[in-house]
Amino acid sequence: MTTRRQLIAAIPLLALVRPAAATPAEMASAIAAYTGNAPLAPGGISIDIAQLIDNGNAVPITIRVESPMTEQDHVTDIAIFNEKNPLPDVVRFKLTAHSGKAEVATRIRLATSQKLTAIARTSDGKWRQRTVDVIVTLAACVEGEEM
Amino acid sequence: MARALIHMPASAKAGDIIEIRALIAHPMETGFRPGSDGKPAPRDIIRRFTCEYAGKQVITAELHPAMSANPYLAFFVRATATGKLTFTWQGDNGFAQAEERELKVTS
Repeated sequence: MTTRRQLIAAIPLLALVRPAAATPAEMASAIAAYTGNAPLAPGGISIDIAQLIDNGNAVPITIRVESPMTEQDHVTDIAIFNEKNPLPDVVRFKLTAHSGKAEVATRIRLATSQKLTAIARTSDGKWRQRTVDVIVTLAACVEGEEM
Repeated sequence: MARALIHMPASAKAGDIIEIRALIAHPMETGFRPGSDGKPAPRDIIRRFTCEYAGKQVITAELHPAMSANPYLAFFVRATATGKLTFTWQGDNGFAQAEERELKVTS
């Protein structure tokens, strides 16, 4: 029979087997390093991603930023950050006025259910952000690992 | 040479905004996944993608291990004049590839 004492003794073991993962704090510091601690305004940016993801190995994601994309007023940077993959970075784009439309789409890996944040910088030096929650049923990076 | 697929219209009207979808065959080994010997397989990913239109940079991307295998990137370009679009990928272990596509622009 398992005693309470044995259960308590097992807690440090659980902490040891936790896989490598970035933490929300690491994501926050990665975003702060990327933006140079600039204030992030909500709005004017959207993330298109399925809320319930069957397969975390290739998750389609689209980032759309509202901008006229003229030489005077365009989006210069778009980046995606995540909370619980081994590293907080996903991808960083640099756009120019030649893009015509501030929209990028790609496929990413997600290790588990978590928050995703998209950050965009406009040519006037202002930053925008948008965060979404996603649920992942089959995680990326599980091949070969004992579950 | 890795297989690269680039989807874009062959011609466009001046001022039109066209969508370009680029995909390249690459395992994007993260460096966190255990290999057959149980040790993490060394990282082997594409780090950088650029697209130039008539010599001018349109978009660049810095890729991290959280990008899927066979990285797919879709973006937009404003058609201005007939010219060449150059796509380049660079990565770990000296990976480098360039592709060119012609875009015909009608007025």
